[in-house]
Amino acid sequence: MTDSHEQRTPVALTGLREDDPRLQPAARHPETVERVIAISFVLGLMLFLLFGYCFIVNAKAWTLGATLGGGLSLLGFGLVAWGKYLMPRGPFVEERHTLANTKADRDAFAAAIVERGGGVIKRRKMLGGLLGGGLGVFSVVALFPLLRSLGPMPKGTLFHTDWRKGSYAVDQTGRRIHQDDLTIGSIVTVFPEGTQDTDRGQAVDQTVIIRLSNEDFVTQKGRENWAPMGYVAYSKLCTHLGCPVGLYEQQLELLVCPCHQSMFDVTNGAIPNFGPAPRPLPQLPLYIDASGYLRAQRDYDQPVGPGFWERS
Amino acid sequence: MSNLATTRREKKANLGPYGKLGHALGELDDRLGVAKGGRTFLDKIFPDHWSFMLGEIALYSFVILLATGVFLTLYYVPSQALVTYHGSYLPLDGQRVTQAFASTVDLSFKVRAGLLMRQMHHWACDIFVGAIVVHMARVFFTGAFRKPRELNWTIGTTLLILAIVNGFLGYSLPDDLVSGTGIRIAYSIILSVPVVGTYLGFWVFGGNFPGTAIIPRFFILHVLIVPAIIVTLVTVHMVLLVRQKHTQFPGEGRTEKNVVGAPMFPVFMAKTTGFLFIVSGFTALLGAFAQINPIWQFGPYDAARISYAVQPDWYMGFLDGALRIFPAWSFHSFGHTIPLEVTIPAVILPGLIFNLVFAWPALERKFTGDHEMHNLLDRPINRPKRTAAGAAVFALLAILFIASSTDVIANFFHLSLNTVLWAMRFLTFIVPIVTYPVTYKICKELQGVANAGKRKTANVVTRTSDGEYQATPSPAYVDDVSHELEPTPVPAFITPSEVASDERGVRTVDR
Repeated sequence: MTDSHEQRTPVALTGLREDDPRLQPAARHPETVERVIAISFVLGLMLFLLFGYCFIVNAKAWTLGATLGGGLSLLGFGLVAWGKYLMPRGPFVEERHTLANTKADRDAFAAAIVERGGGVIKRRKMLGGLLGGGLGVFSVVALFPLLRSLGPMPKGTLFHTDWRKGSYAVDQTGRRIHQDDLTIGSIVTVFPEGTQDTDRGQAVDQTVIIRLSNEDFVTQKGRENWAPMGYVAYSKLCTHLGCPVGLYEQQLELLVCPCHQSMFDVTNGAIPNFGPAPRPLPQLPLYIDASGYLRAQRDYDQPVGPGFWERS
Repeated sequence: MSNLATTRREKKANLGPYGKLGHALGELDDRLGVAKGGRTFLDKIFPDHWSFMLGEIALYSFVILLATGVFLTLYYVPSQALVTYHGSYLPLDGQRVTQAFASTVDLSFKVRAGLLMRQMHHWACDIFVGAIVVHMARVFFTGAFRKPRELNWTIGTTLLILAIVNGFLGYSLPDDLVSGTGIRIAYSIILSVPVVGTYLGFWVFGGNFPGTAIIPRFFILHVLIVPAIIVTLVTVHMVLLVRQKHTQFPGEGRTEKNVVGAPMFPVFMAKTTGFLFIVSGFTALLGAFAQINPIWQFGPYDAARISYAVQPDWYMGFLDGALRIFPAWSFHSFGHTIPLEVTIPAVILPGLIFNLVFAWPALERKFTGDHEMHNLLDRPINRPKRTAAGAAVFALLAILFIASSTDVIANFFHLSLNTVLWAMRFLTFIVPIVTYPVTYKICKELQGVANAGKRKTANVVTRTSDGEYQATPSPAYVDDVSHELEPTPVPAFITPSEVASDERGVRTVDR
């Protein structure tokens, strides 16, 4: 290192005598503490070795966690105790310097931005405006690929399901539901035939069929022929947040959503009589064909699932 | 300078008093000029109080998240492609599951230490969010967010939001029945946003729910984008902390203009590194002994199936609770629907709460007219209004959290669901409203109690020879009396005790 020719100001560095009380350990019995720390380090090391052994012999997962966790905890305990009880106890102090600069410095900073920068822009107003316009258009246009490419437009997708006139109701294995399949009070989840294996079928078309009685069942005025032989069909999507309405309370004839406990009265058009769901579950009009299979008369007459802006 | 040192002793002498390390530091200083700043950093003072440890828990659980998370990415496959499961978990054998689910089960059972790493990752996340909340509570109730530290409060609140978001993204990745239902609910919440909801939903999910894009998208958000933002903000958080120095509780020798405590090196470094090990060790023990998120028991996600008594991770609980107890107030008009029963509890409510948290430092400045710099912390009892307001917000969140298990409570206590629901609806208003004045009153009362928080000592009753009884308080417990010495600057050097005669030596050096 060569000496620099800069002016160097001598500074006083303060030191402490070795026997200064603030340099002494905080522990009243440092030897005991040292022994405890040594023991925890040794145990920690042994546990790490054990971890290695457990890993090599592919022992159960909990042995790995126990040895690793125990080793780390012991090592950490020792280290904390070392710092807390054996190192200089202090207290030490440092001054807090004001972060704020002088008024002159602040003004110079502000002036650099306002006068230098502002001056440049003021002199070339048109260029500034054009640059701003360009950046503005860019920031809007740049959003197109970022947002629009992410997915398709919703269009009408949320308004329709795959249920069509004459769709066979099939269970998850693809078996058609026959009028003799369900005893009174039983329930089955169905899909329009051909969609039972698809994501959309499961997420959108899922429907429950419940057999309420042996006679044609009327859940609402105007739905006189929707539930032949007591078979009623409702969308399985909760109108609150779209969870499958998976619980059927047979005695009370209620469909219950396990997510937020909305309850729907299946004898009365699935009107919600408890919980946060705002609308009845849409009902699917059924008919029984000549061979005795349950089929849909048509698609649902309203969007299924939770509410959204475009829904009337 | 170019003297050729011939003997080992000469070589050693050339290196100077601090040997090879000193020489290396000198070389580094030639190039980067680190000696002075480095020394200042090593001398940085950390005040001592247990509550300053809470932020460290958050930081270290984040370190664990990064470490275990990297391990998990080596085995996890972020794909919704269907495969037939033929792994070591026999009950699932032959089932059609997504690759995401299959790879998560496989990394739990086939990969050595995989299950441990997965459980540690999940536990570390729960601890991470919890530590942030408790740390923020400390900062809030002691007034550490006041000028000049408002910016760090804002960064911290942002970090809490990011931690919650990334936690949700993370537990969605295994594509199991429970997390899939969570994604379904998230989709419906996005749909509920007025005007743009359906577009947002379709763009986030790449089409109508569920589609095949959501797992890969959540994956890249969870492992890269959100963590990158978190790392950046944590770095800024720490830099600001060093720049502005720590706050400290008032006490002997502690003023607005100094910091009293232990130096960074070696005392704080030893303690904090040890603490990193303890947090990691504790997480590993949890991962070993406390099962978390056993997705093989839930099974793969199937949009037409559902499980009973399902709750999200604890930090989403208040949202779920709000969704449960909010009335079915859907708004229909002019051919449009605003699902207020979803929008208000799941979008507007968290928006209000977090905006209140963001705005609090400014609000407090406005209402108290206090624009001063504050480096000394408040005792919460001395700021009864702030303490009461914070307690009320926590009370609201606690009630909403409890409301997320209305069904479980109803079953457990044999109550009707209706009773529990209405009780929760009332409690949501009553508890915070009662909490505020009660907390305020407790603070006010405590202010008037001498030695509040200290243990009471016994009175020693003596009888004088005249038969008179006198009660004198016995001395305070040893642990309750502070034995702090006069604080001293971190010594630049330590003199052997037999050499220097005065207590504090002074050397003059050229700088």
